[in-house]
Amino acid sequence: MIKDVSNAPALREESEQRPVAVELIGVNKWFGKFHVLRDVNLCVTSGERIVICGPSGSGKSTLIRCINALEEHEQGRVIVAGVELSQDLKRIDEVRRETGMVFQQFNLFPHLTILENCTLAPIWVRRRPAREAEDLARQILAKVKIPEQADKYPGQLSGGQQQRVAIARALCMQPKIMLFDEPTSALDPEMVKEVLDTMVELAMEGMTMLVVTHEMGFARQVADRVVFMDEGQIVEMAAPDRFFDNPQHERTKQFLGQILR
Amino acid sequence: MSHSTVSGGARGGGIGAFVRDERAPALPAPAATIGGFGWLRANLFSTPFNALLTLATVALALLIIPPLVRFLIIDAVWEGADRDACLVSEARPVVGACWAFARDRLAYFVYGSFPIPERWRVDVFFVFLALSIIWILRIDAPRRDLAAWNFFVVLPSVSIVLLSGAKLIGLAPVDTTLWGGVLVTIVVASVGIVVSLPLGVLLALGRRSTMPAVRLVCTLFIEIVRGVPLITVLFMASVMLPLFVPPVWTPDKLIRALVGIALFASAYMAEVVRAGLQAVARGQYEAAAAVGLGYWQLMRFIVLPQALRVTIPNIVNSYIALFKDTTLVFIVGIFDLLKTIEVARADPQWATPVTSTTGYAIAAIFYLTFCYMMTRYAMRVERRLGVGLGR
Ligand SMILES: Nc1ncnc2c1ncn2[C@@H]1O[C@H](COP(=O)(O)OP(=O)(O)O)[C@@H](O)[C@H]1O
Ligand SMILES: [Mg+2]
Repeated sequence: MIKDVSNAPALREESEQRPVAVELIGVNKWFGKFHVLRDVNLCVTSGERIVICGPSGSGKSTLIRCINALEEHEQGRVIVAGVELSQDLKRIDEVRRETGMVFQQFNLFPHLTILENCTLAPIWVRRRPAREAEDLARQILAKVKIPEQADKYPGQLSGGQQQRVAIARALCMQPKIMLFDEPTSALDPEMVKEVLDTMVELAMEGMTMLVVTHEMGFARQVADRVVFMDEGQIVEMAAPDRFFDNPQHERTKQFLGQILR
Repeated sequence: MSHSTVSGGARGGGIGAFVRDERAPALPAPAATIGGFGWLRANLFSTPFNALLTLATVALALLIIPPLVRFLIIDAVWEGADRDACLVSEARPVVGACWAFARDRLAYFVYGSFPIPERWRVDVFFVFLALSIIWILRIDAPRRDLAAWNFFVVLPSVSIVLLSGAKLIGLAPVDTTLWGGVLVTIVVASVGIVVSLPLGVLLALGRRSTMPAVRLVCTLFIEIVRGVPLITVLFMASVMLPLFVPPVWTPDKLIRALVGIALFASAYMAEVVRAGLQAVARGQYEAAAAVGLGYWQLMRFIVLPQALRVTIPNIVNSYIALFKDTTLVFIVGIFDLLKTIEVARADPQWATPVTSTTGYAIAAIFYLTFCYMMTRYAMRVERRLGVGLGR
């Protein structure tokens, strides 16, 4: 179903010398009194693909949103593309320019055409000339296989198409890191594959990806590492083969037992 | 034949198993749901209550419309030089609206006491305003980006120079106390309309700001202004302000009223816009932040276009209310249309039993026409935007 990434092991070895893309050191976060992230440590090298899974409410979204400062962490350090996040708005802007994010609910801008969705930020944030931004957008829309929808509005597209537009919109900023928060959870089953295919293709091009998903087929074939979270902590982290075939932690076994049935 | 699709229904043998082997043909709709008679039944007489309402509406229309038509058109007096034309006489036992009066005082209703040789300036203002409005309101008009500049920058500055005059370019100054009639009504309404939207948007954004000081100031302003009747605002602007502020600092009466109305309308508009802002999904803010848009870019490109779109009916509603509220300026002695009608109807030259009624009919027709046009425009825009969003 999903293309085999045959060169994945090679990439994994190579990644040892690659620069660090995202680093979280002792990150803690609270929502009021609720301790949502507890001492999270994670180092992602450039070109690495990380899949994050775990039960609902375990803090996966919060974790991934701390990486582009949609949520503010309260303790610890978050370093993204060489920039350490702090209160400084300039750094937040810098990090957001280098990270693309895809949401569960697509969050396309409904009043703009597909093309405008894809060119708005490049023109106003990256200060690209309009023509150049448009050319790039059309190129990327072709890559996600919806070039013919450029002049339509999001409401006229299917869920799968909308999510691919969301991916294209993020890619048009030419980010170094892509964050996905359950990109296929809101989709009808027959549309999941088209989105996953797009993501696999992106992975094969060497994009650094952090993906929150329960699509275990995707994790097995694309991920370099699978991270399992529970109650705000990283409970287990391993290469997919080991993670799925030989989980160590009790919670992991229980969780895999539930979702793999 | 028409129900033949079930012919293979038992295929496969199992109970409840069914495989359709013929396409169900598309049939024309039953006659009762289409055509004039079907429409009548579906829309006007669908239930006993609906039928009752329909009959009541028809009865009410029969009660109101014929006398209205008789008064305004059939029995109306169209020609005449003074009150004698509109008095009951042997030749004219029933007198309707005195349109002769309206024709005679028309210039006064439109310009007030604006000096006669300078009235072309008012005409130019009306034409410029009308063209600017059409330009900015027509969705398919060319260069709508320029239209906005024209409407919010060029039009107000040109109008000020044109109407109040400028010695430098040879336009004689005209004191605002001479302005009157439709001119004043339109000026007051336009200023209120033009100022209240941008100011209302800023106040609404301020009220939702994360900065406590900004939020406090905006909230206080909105709540205080909304808690005071417009008439009080106008009295304060025209009567109380001069008591506290030395005369050299006091701008003229019309400007004071304009500022009062603009601020008043802004506070209401702020609440209307705020409701629209709340309708924009959180995900939109997050997606915009994630692609790196800053606060003002987020507002300008993502939030406001969506918020204002859902708010259009309410914005127009506020505009209609504002347009009618401008008549209150006549209480502080500004000669808007209603005030000029008040003055003219008391003029002994035209004093007849029907003069007042005629005057108020003019006002009613004027306000009704403008408000109706605003409503129509809002409906058209709503329909169009609905289509554009594919929803
Ligand atoms: N803005 C918020 N305020 C308060 N609690 C929140 C907020 N966002 C998330 N939470 C809580 O934090 C926990 C983790 O949420 P989340 O990161 O969305 O989990 P996941 O994505 O793993 O399902 C949940 O219990 C959720 O209810
Ligand atoms: Mg989540």
